[in-house]
Formats: sequence, structure tokens, C-alpha cells
Amino acid sequence: MKHLRPALLLTLFFVVLTGLAFPVVVWGLGRTLFPDAARGSLLRDAQGTVIGSSLLGQAFSRPEYFHPRPSAAGAGYDAANSGGTNLGPTSDKLVNGLGDGSFSGFRELAAQYRAENGLAPDTLIPADAATRSASGLDPDISPGNAHLQSARVARARGLAPEQVEALVAAHTIGRTLGLFGEPRVNVLKLNVALDTLAAETRR
Amino acid sequence: MTAPSVVQIIVFFGLLLLLTKPLGGYMARVFAGERTLLHPALGGLERGTYRLLGVDPAQDMKWTTYAFALLAFSLASMVFTYAVLRLQGVLPLNPQGYGAAQMPADLAFNTAASFTSNTNWQSYSPELTLSYFSNMVGLAIHNWASAAVGLAVAIAVIRGFARRSARGLGNFWADVVRCTLYLLLPLALVGALVFVAMGVPQNFDPATVATTLEGGRQTIWQGPVASQEIIKQLGTNGGGFFNANSAHPFENPSPASNFFTLLLIWSLPAAITHTFGKMVGNPKQGWALFGAMAALALVGALICTAAEQAGTPHLAAAQIETSATDAQAGGNMEGKEVRFGIAGSALFAVVTTGASCGAVNSMHDSYTPLGGLVPLFNMLTGEVVFGGVGAGLYGMLMFAVLAVFIAGLMVGRTPEYLGKKIEKFEVQMAMLATLVLAASVLVFTALSSASPTALASLNNAGPHGFSELLYTYASATGNNGSAFAGLSTNTPWFNVTIGFALLVGRFLMIIPLLAMAGALARKGHVPASSGTFPTDTVTFAVLLVGVVIIVGALTYFPGLSLGPIVEHFQMTALATH
Repeated sequence: MKHLRPALLLTLFFVVLTGLAFPVVVWGLGRTLFPDAARGSLLRDAQGTVIGSSLLGQAFSRPEYFHPRPSAAGAGYDAANSGGTNLGPTSDKLVNGLGDGSFSGFRELAAQYRAENGLAPDTLIPADAATRSASGLDPDISPGNAHLQSARVARARGLAPEQVEALVAAHTIGRTLGLFGEPRVNVLKLNVALDTLAAETRR
Repeated sequence: MTAPSVVQIIVFFGLLLLLTKPLGGYMARVFAGERTLLHPALGGLERGTYRLLGVDPAQDMKWTTYAFALLAFSLASMVFTYAVLRLQGVLPLNPQGYGAAQMPADLAFNTAASFTSNTNWQSYSPELTLSYFSNMVGLAIHNWASAAVGLAVAIAVIRGFARRSARGLGNFWADVVRCTLYLLLPLALVGALVFVAMGVPQNFDPATVATTLEGGRQTIWQGPVASQEIIKQLGTNGGGFFNANSAHPFENPSPASNFFTLLLIWSLPAAITHTFGKMVGNPKQGWALFGAMAALALVGALICTAAEQAGTPHLAAAQIETSATDAQAGGNMEGKEVRFGIAGSALFAVVTTGASCGAVNSMHDSYTPLGGLVPLFNMLTGEVVFGGVGAGLYGMLMFAVLAVFIAGLMVGRTPEYLGKKIEKFEVQMAMLATLVLAASVLVFTALSSASPTALASLNNAGPHGFSELLYTYASATGNNGSAFAGLSTNTPWFNVTIGFALLVGRFLMIIPLLAMAGALARKGHVPASSGTFPTDTVTFAVLLVGVVIIVGALTYFPGLSLGPIVEHFQMTALATH
């Protein structure tokens, strides 16, 4: 029993030091040094309304926007319910879907992707275009995926394909230090830039 | 495999190697109670803490006293967390308004056991269950405490080998307090700010409702993420602030944060091999362990990356690109993020299961059979590929005792390790730990496979469903915490059985090893003779790798055959379930 007192008080030590003081100190320093990042890298429109976070993907389905990857987070890009399908490689549900429209397999997702973008039924499509991410909030698509969508976007917006391609190229980020991660395009930032470009063209 | 994926594995191991010596040397000084640069700032707090606890840091504890102190602290902190979780409805920092309804008794037991045992198995979805207070105070304190306890045990076990004719293994309270103040706290403070700079949020704001470009609504939850993220990785805990864990862009926003995370997870487990070498008076002994761990890690990383990069025949049949090109990653991208690609995901899977971390940046359940076999094998062999903080080293020392015992049998001599005779009691304790862990994994998997209630929780049919169960109990017993997350484990059956597996895996490993260390400390030193098998050589490292693989393979080959191996052949034949 002689250990009871130190055991309880050591718990208290951890509560005060690591449970309360540490997060508060990081909060104080974080908001001072990196105010934008500490508050979730939120993006706002001209009126100041939050339109999303530059780190999180959001749903897009209209033809005039680039589309993100399929998502398993809630009903799709639900930032309060992150997650993947957790279906394994031999799962019939993952390959062929449920057949009642409630869940699409990747064959169906690939077919939809080709149909949306006016591609021939046997076009080889990028790996990220018909698979769901781990978080369901993947903000990025591969440059190959963006490239296959750009003709559709240009047509829907009445822009020249070269204009849209140039925008995609400007928003493509390479590997960090040429080594880490994969080349990618942030869909939300690209679509914001598209809206800006369209507004300028109209003017 | 692509060139960048191979090069980043090499760069990663190179940086880890560079960190090991300075960090390991620093840890040796901290645990010896020597003065460090931080003593002028924190020395007063350290002494004040001993006064508050009413303990004398100089008191040398016998192994039994050390073990009782450890158990008392673990029990007290576990009960505290159970209470916080059940009472979150009346506690502060709860903008979501969650209460006991989200945290029933079986789930609260499972969660408290999970965090106390350094596992961070999450049967619940954090953003749908936990208040900020529960996350910060109820759970995150264990990320610190269980890491400090793990390191303390490792140091106590090393002292067993290093001391001669000694009664004690050190002072539990002093080991935990010193580790927290001089090692974890400074590293975590710097690391947390690095995370914030990279985009990990740290605030106490309620959710932001964004109006998306298409006019929809997106509810964005944040919270004190960075302060939890740093200790989750540094302490090899792995419990996510969000359900998607380190795949969530708020926990792991970029390839840079991903690489930083990988280094954090293995930094202390790798460094302690050098601490060990210094404490036993021969740094080469530490490098032999480091070499054995690195070899296992390297092979695992290459196999996993190759399997995931190959993709699956089903993807290829659907005309989805499986080879990497300049414009896309190829491979099996189901359950992986574009910013990490195949290489950054597969390396993460190997690192997180080689350590007892369990954070995931991709969904292991969606891995190819052979890609998923690597993390599973890492956990089944006891997470000794650098391993959990402290736990990796004491696990590897257990294998080292078995290795010298086997070598001794082969040449017909009494085995020795580090100048200590390894006798009946030491081998019994090492075998006890090995067998208890294997029994926990296999018996619970078998029971669940035969239980219709348990099988109703599966997300996948066929051999992959069996893999989900095997992975679950391997993760729980190994105190890993990663999951084939399709399995819905928030049921009374799983919460209770997993809760027991967690506690068995933690404490029935620690107690036999402390007993072994206590016995070793009492022994005198045997001078090396011509018949001594040297343990600071490449030969020993190879033997050690062999023992780890053979023990793992002999124990688990039938289980692995029924799961990933069968599934691999079915996948090749384009079968589905």
C-alpha cells in the first residue's frame, strides 16, 4: 500500500503537466508563431465566409470543377467522420460494389470517371481516380488525374483547354526535396483559382 | 519499385543512424541521474515532484518493489482515465456535448486499458465519441506516462545485465519523472511546434461550418491536435485525434510531416540500443542489436513497398493503372493518400508496426495480402524492429537471451550474455513471456473465429476476414494499436477480450522480464573465455534475426497460411468474396 500515494500523485503530475499545461503552452506558442496553421488553414472567400480548409478535400460534382477522389468519409468528404473503406483486395464489395446503388465498386467508379470525362471505355486511368483514400478527406489528386479532367472542365466553362492545362501545371506540386511524397494537385485550391480565372475572363 | 521510394528508405535509415548515438548517449545520462543542460531549468521541478510524491529517488528497488510500484501507478492512472471517460458529460472542454452515452462501460474499460498499455487501440471513432478534455487529459496523459514507464522498464532490465552482485534495479519513480522531464518534454515541445508549422491545428475552437464552392456544408472539427500528435508518435502510442489517424490531413498534412513522423516513431527505440551499449560498457553490444533490428526493418520495408506498388490483378483488370508513371503513383491506392503515395504509405506501415506505435497513414485492411503480411508479421514477432519506446529493447533482449541459449545448446556450454550466466530461471522467464503472448493472440483469434457474434463484426469475407481477427489480437497483444480497421470492434465481446489481450501483452511481458533482470542483477560477472560466444558481432546479429524469424514463423505460420497466404493465391486467381 505504500505505493498508493506516489501512484495517485504521479497521475496528478501527468494530468497537470502533460494533460493541461503542455497543450495550453503549445496552443499559446502555436497561435502566436503560426496563427493560420494553428486554426486549421481555413480558406475564406472575398466576403470572409469560410469555404473550407486548404488541407481538407471537399465534394465536387459539377462538370465545371475538378473532381476529387471518391471518398468513404460519411456520405463523402464528411470532415466530422473521417475514414476509408477498409475493404481488402479480394472484397467483392470493393471490386463490384453492392449492386443496389448504395456502394459503388472500383469498376463502376472507373466507368463513371471515363463517362464523365468523355474517355473511351478501355482508357487506362490513374490509380487514384477510382480508389478511395484512407482519410476520405484526401485534398489531392495526381497530375495525371487532373490532366484527364481538364478537357471537360474547359468545355463546361467555355475556356481554352490550354488555359485550364496551364492552371493545372501551376498548381502541381512536385515531390518534397525531389524525394518524399508524390506529385499532386490540391483540388480545392485549383477550383478556387478556376473561379477566379473565370471571373477575370468575364470582366 | 520506383527510384525515389528506394532512396527515401535509405535516407531514412541514414538519418536514424545519425540520431542514435547522440540521443542514446543523452538518455544514458538522464537515467543515470547525471546533470544535463536542462537541469538549471527543470531541476527544481524534479525535486519538487519527489517531495510531492514522498519518495526518495536514491532508494534502490528490488525487482518486486519496482514491479509493484509500476503496477500501482498503472492501475491508478487507468482508473482515473476510466472515470474521466465515463464522466466526460459533466467535465469541461466538451463543445460536442458528448457524455457517457458515447462511452459505455465496456468501451471505457477497453479504452483505458488500451492507453495505459501504450497501445491506443481505438474501438471508437474519436470525433464522434470524445470531448477535447477526454482526449487531452483522459487519454493523452497515458501517451506520456506509458512511454516513460516503457523506457523505465527497459532501463531497469539493462541494469539487470549491467550491475554485478546487486540487489536492486533502480528507482521506478525517479526513472519515470526523469524520463518525462528531461527527455520527453523538451523533444515534444519542439516537435509540437514543428507540427503546427507544418499545418497541424492546435486550438480549442468548436467546429467551423464551411460553405463549400458548390454551396454544400462541411463541418470541420479541429482541437488540440498538435500537442497530442507529437507525443502519440514520440511515445509510440499511435492513438489518433481523428478516426483516420495519421492519414487525416490535420494530423499529417504533407510528405514532410510524414517523414518527420517516421523519424519520431523510431528515434527513441533506435537510440536506446546505444543507451544499452553504453550502460553495459560496450557500445558494440548496442550496435549488434541495432544491426539486427535494421536488417529486419529493411527487408520488411522492401517487401511491403514492392507488394503495394505491384497493385492487384483486380485493379489491372478494371483498366486502372498499376505501374508508377511521372503523373501518378500506380500500385494499390485503395486506402492510401495521394500526398504519401505508395512509398510513403508502405514505409509508414512497416515503421508503425515494427515499433508498437500503431498510428496509420493508410488503411492496412486494404493492403494487398503480402503487403499486409509484413505489418502483421512485425507485430506477431513482438515488435522488436526497433519496437515501442522501451518495449522494443526489452523484447529484443528477451530474444537475445533465447539466442544465446540456443547457441549454447548447439555447442554444449552454459550460455552467457554480457558476462552473465544465462541459467534455467532466465530462460524460463523469457519463454514464459513468449508463450503467454502467443497464447493470447492465438486463443482469442480462435475463439472469435468460432463465435457467430464476433463474425458478425467482420467487414470482409473469406481469408481476409480471418486476417482481420488475427491482426486485431496481434495488435492488441503486441500493444500496437493499428488495425485492419474494417472489423467493428465496438461490441462487448471485442471490447472485453481485446481489453484483456492489451493488459496481458503489457504486464505479462514486463513482469517476467523484470524478474529475469532481478535474477541477473544478483549474479556476479563471468570473465569472457575462449568458449564464450561473442555477442557484439555480426554473427550474433544474424543469429538473433534468425531466432526472431524462426520463433515467429513456427508459432504463427498456420495462422498466416489461413489468412494472407491463401488470400494471395485467391487474389492471383481473380477470386472475390
